[in-house]
Amino acid sequence: MNDDSGGERPSVPGSQWYDAEAGPLVRPYAMTGGRTKPGPSNVRFDLIALVVVDDEPPGPAEEALLGPEHRSLLTLCRAETQSVAELAADADLPVGVVRVLLGDLLESGFVRVSRPVPPAQLPDERILREVIDGLRAL
Amino acid sequence: MAYERSESTGAGDGADTSALALKILVAGGFGVGKTTLVGAVSEIRPLRTEEQLSRAGELVDDTGGVDQKTTTTVAMDFGRITIRSGLSLYLFGTPGQDRFWFLWDELSQGALGAVVLADTRRLEDCFPAVDYFEHRKIPFVVAVNCFTGARTYGAHDVSRALDLDRGTPVVLCDARDRDSGKEVLIRLVEYAGRMHTARLLDSVG
Repeated sequence: MNDDSGGERPSVPGSQWYDAEAGPLVRPYAMTGGRTKPGPSNVRFDLIALVVVDDEPPGPAEEALLGPEHRSLLTLCRAETQSVAELAADADLPVGVVRVLLGDLLESGFVRVSRPVPPAQLPDERILREVIDGLRAL
Repeated sequence: MAYERSESTGAGDGADTSALALKILVAGGFGVGKTTLVGAVSEIRPLRTEEQLSRAGELVDDTGGVDQKTTTTVAMDFGRITIRSGLSLYLFGTPGQDRFWFLWDELSQGALGAVVLADTRRLEDCFPAVDYFEHRKIPFVVAVNCFTGARTYGAHDVSRALDLDRGTPVVLCDARDRDSGKEVLIRLVEYAGRMHTARLLDSVG
């Protein structure tokens, strides 16, 4: 911490000790193997895309091969259908990282993802009515 | 929320087609009460999601002299309102700083509409948000957060001062109050519905 005590010695990268305030020791995109975009299927995960666990997920053998972050996302999805934004907040990971990890889970068949509704067909009048009534009833 | 539990344990087929989530943005200047409003109406405590920026942020961030700084974190607060099982409303407080506009583009994709929170003591703070949504034809309402101690203005005065398009609703509200926040959202959804119908008619005629 007190590097300034021996001022003549340049600090060697990687030689310092870090405490919690320095943030996570693992760089976020290390969890994705450096990938910043979801895999070949090229899905775009909207923040409110809903993630559901697949009815017929791969067996425990495949699941054992998953990394810890993949597994914690999967656990969160199992507890409740959640949006990408909620998953990121609960897993305490940046959204960009969660998107990549979810892409892996989607490709290996652990989860399914709802496609965001195209804006043009979004406000179905019946649904908007339902939303307004629902808000009034809160 | 008993509904959600039963839904998740059942995990019925076709859940991905029946479940619908709608997105509403809450924008406005720094410290105007965006997170407060989200928290007042949300059934979950406002969550915070972070996006790490690297290359994109570098273009706008002044990183001169700070060689180590290669990432910037932008936080977005959000909340949820479950209307019924399979229909929920998500509220996103947009990042306040202007330099994160590009995040707004993503947030506003497919958004039902937006609430622009305004403080009459610093009305100019919400100009960028008003411009943004007008430009992209995203339905929005202006909600004037009535801070204690601020002179009260009528909705009409605010509408004139902001030079809003005719029909854009202006609502006076208290961002801390749940009922007041609900009313703002109801006005927005009603307005978004009217806008959409008008556009459909336009495209036919």
